[in-house]
Amino acid sequence: MDLASAKMIGAGLACIALVGAGIGIGNVFASLISALARNPAAQGQVQPFAFLGFALAEATGLFGLAIAFLILFVF
Amino acid sequence: MAIELHPLQQFTIERILPLHVGRLDLSYTNSALLMTIVVLLITALTVFGTRRAALVPGRLQSFAEMSYEFVADMVESNVGPEGMPYFPFIFSLFMFILFANLLGLIPYSFTVTSHIIVTFAMAAVVFIGVTMIGFARHGLHFLRLFVPEGVPKVLLVLLVPIELLSYFIRPFTLSIRLFANMLAGHTMLGIFAGFAAIVGIFAIFPVAVDVLLLALELLVATLQAYVFAILSCLYLNDAIHMH
Repeated sequence: MDLASAKMIGAGLACIALVGAGIGIGNVFASLISALARNPAAQGQVQPFAFLGFALAEATGLFGLAIAFLILFVF
Repeated sequence: MAIELHPLQQFTIERILPLHVGRLDLSYTNSALLMTIVVLLITALTVFGTRRAALVPGRLQSFAEMSYEFVADMVESNVGPEGMPYFPFIFSLFMFILFANLLGLIPYSFTVTSHIIVTFAMAAVVFIGVTMIGFARHGLHFLRLFVPEGVPKVLLVLLVPIELLSYFIRPFTLSIRLFANMLAGHTMLGIFAGFAAIVGIFAIFPVAVDVLLLALELLVATLQAYVFAILSCLYLNDAIHMH
């Protein structure tokens, strides 16, 4: 197998990490919706944490994407 | 302007004013130009926003005051009153990243924070600064950060390396989080724009996706600036109050 094909396969495999990002973000907002359904008055306190959690979960998935780009364009 | 069909071509750094000093390449690049514009905009916002300070603020003054209060509130609630001396640093960090991210969304502009060297420089400054603050305040007692309380001695052999690793990985995660978000967002915008250029009459669909992606990118731009700033505050809190 030549290097270019191996790089393509590697990059594709690295993108499987985005599954975790999807599950994580879904989890964060499911908790947010459920918390706001139980106690709508808590919105001001809970929402910043929801966005922080979203950004951190998204970032973890994007680490996988960064590895994919690393494989494709650096090696 | 030529249509750049390769989505990663938007990240190339081009020299606008070539300037070579000996063996150093100090050219003024498009990245440097955008950074200059960001700094000028932030300076204009803060200087003109507070110039004729009225009791009932106009739009610019309101915006300047809101951004100040937002960051001041973030520093005070996450670091405490001892963290307020570091407020100018967190404010500069937050405003620079916010404006740099947002200015990159203008078509044909350049996203300064989509290069790992820029985000890593900022994250390295935060990490080294926070570590130095920790050692300056607590001396060698700062190393107690890696030894949590109430842990049986047997587990310490496993726990201390893990704590050290998660401490030293902070500048990397901080920088890669911002860099990867900006890179991924702009690459996706570029990919769908490339589709629109190829597909002819059905271009309405990739363009519609691009509009939605642009809205998402606006959210991500602001959010990533907020996350960078608040994580810097949390790391500062770890260094100042060690529990």
